[in-house]
Amino acid sequence: MSALLVLLAFLGGWEAYARLSGVDEFVLPPPSAVATALVDDRGLLWSNFTVTAGEIAVGLAAATALGLGLAVAIHFSPQVRRGVYPLLVGSQTLPIPIVAPLLIVWFGFDLTPKMAIVALVCFFPIVVPTLDALSRVDADLHKLMRSFGATRWQTFRIVEVPAALPGLFTGAKLSVAVATIAAVLAEQAGSEKGLGRLVLQALPQFETARAYAAVLVLCAFAVLLFSLLALAERRLLPWSVQPRGTAP
Amino acid sequence: MPTRTRSPAQVPPHTRDRAGVVRVRDVVKTFAPARRGAAPVTALDGLSLDAEPGEFVAVVGPSGCGKTTLLELVCGLIAPDAGSIDAAPAALMAQRDLLLPWAGAVENAALALRVAGVARDAARQRATALLRDFGLAGFERARPHELSGGMRQRVAFARTLLAGRPVLCLDEPFASLDALTRSEMQDWLAAALRADPRTVVMVTHDVEEAIVLADRVVVLSPRPGRVVATLDVGAPRPRRRTDPQLVALRARALARLG
Repeated sequence: MSALLVLLAFLGGWEAYARLSGVDEFVLPPPSAVATALVDDRGLLWSNFTVTAGEIAVGLAAATALGLGLAVAIHFSPQVRRGVYPLLVGSQTLPIPIVAPLLIVWFGFDLTPKMAIVALVCFFPIVVPTLDALSRVDADLHKLMRSFGATRWQTFRIVEVPAALPGLFTGAKLSVAVATIAAVLAEQAGSEKGLGRLVLQALPQFETARAYAAVLVLCAFAVLLFSLLALAERRLLPWSVQPRGTAP
Repeated sequence: MPTRTRSPAQVPPHTRDRAGVVRVRDVVKTFAPARRGAAPVTALDGLSLDAEPGEFVAVVGPSGCGKTTLLELVCGLIAPDAGSIDAAPAALMAQRDLLLPWAGAVENAALALRVAGVARDAARQRATALLRDFGLAGFERARPHELSGGMRQRVAFARTLLAGRPVLCLDEPFASLDALTRSEMQDWLAAALRADPRTVVMVTHDVEEAIVLADRVVVLSPRPGRVVATLDVGAPRPRRRTDPQLVALRARALARLG
């Protein structure tokens, strides 16, 4: 509830400033103008949103599958860890605004380079917590499984996989935020459709309110994705979600 | 039979016929130093210990005298540097319950059965029956965080029993419990073992616990661990902590611990 109050106060202040300070609506549209744009341009926003949402969803899914696979490979093989982990860290220092146009030159204007960029950015935040959760499994638990005569595969299946799931969820939640930014940057490097592209087009046309509306849609989508993941986590892994102490 | 992790050298085939025997002879175990340049740590130096089928042997000693190492040797999780170990298959129960936080009590108790490839329903049935015997009816689906410390140790003990090994190695099983729960759990363990007798090797630093539960108490020296005294308890069961015979034994054991 308090988040809503803060948001309302912020919007109220913004509205008052935009109306009373005499700042041009093309420079800073008041929230009411953004709301109008949201309604008037809903068809345009929706058709661009579905493109961006698809890029984010597919990119995230690909990053999750690859990230999980790589975390398991690194966990099982010290050689893979030594060979791949430094490169993985290095991949995170790639400046996406500069790499994105290069991928677009390579793959073309379609969706592939956008998904690739989203996956590239989301990969790391998924691998690291998953790997952490895998390697934090208690050494005594490994001993216990060995004392029961468990094979390495049984220990992996019965103990390590469930133990890694909270890490995977943490990674996926972290990724949602960066996935949205990555998708917009990728679209701005060259695309025919998508909310990032829409923002880029709206500004020279003095449709600033539309650009704000597009950003708002994107934010709402990221929050929705995050909430869905958090909900899924609570439903699927109730044992790992700490009960909230004093929350109403 | 499930695959055993022990090498044949550690469990000669003939011991499987002599269910429940533990023979530890002049065992030496040294660990590589934690830091380069430091001296290697000798945990056990020429330790010998026997347990006959159905016997309860308690090993007491100061912290760091190699008690846990002894149990890992008996369970075949590590190999001795010198000496021999001739033990029937043993199941280990650690000080911490090591229950899987995502699994209910039945799933946790049935862990060893699942590893051994027992069908899911049969494993669940056996675990459920044992948990009911242990006073955990109604908690079959409860996850570890919903159980008290004493209940968790009972689930862990059910898991150890269901491993079906003739020897149980208990590593300070009640050390993490509060004093009241601990003495309750000691009485409970004595009753559970009357119902399902096994050979037990229990290490503890609690002399009273050792004397209340064991047939024989073996006192170890500080590291490197060696046997400094063996006390036969011989008091009838069920035992009372305040029994003068037990109190006198306790004083003797404490004297030997120095």
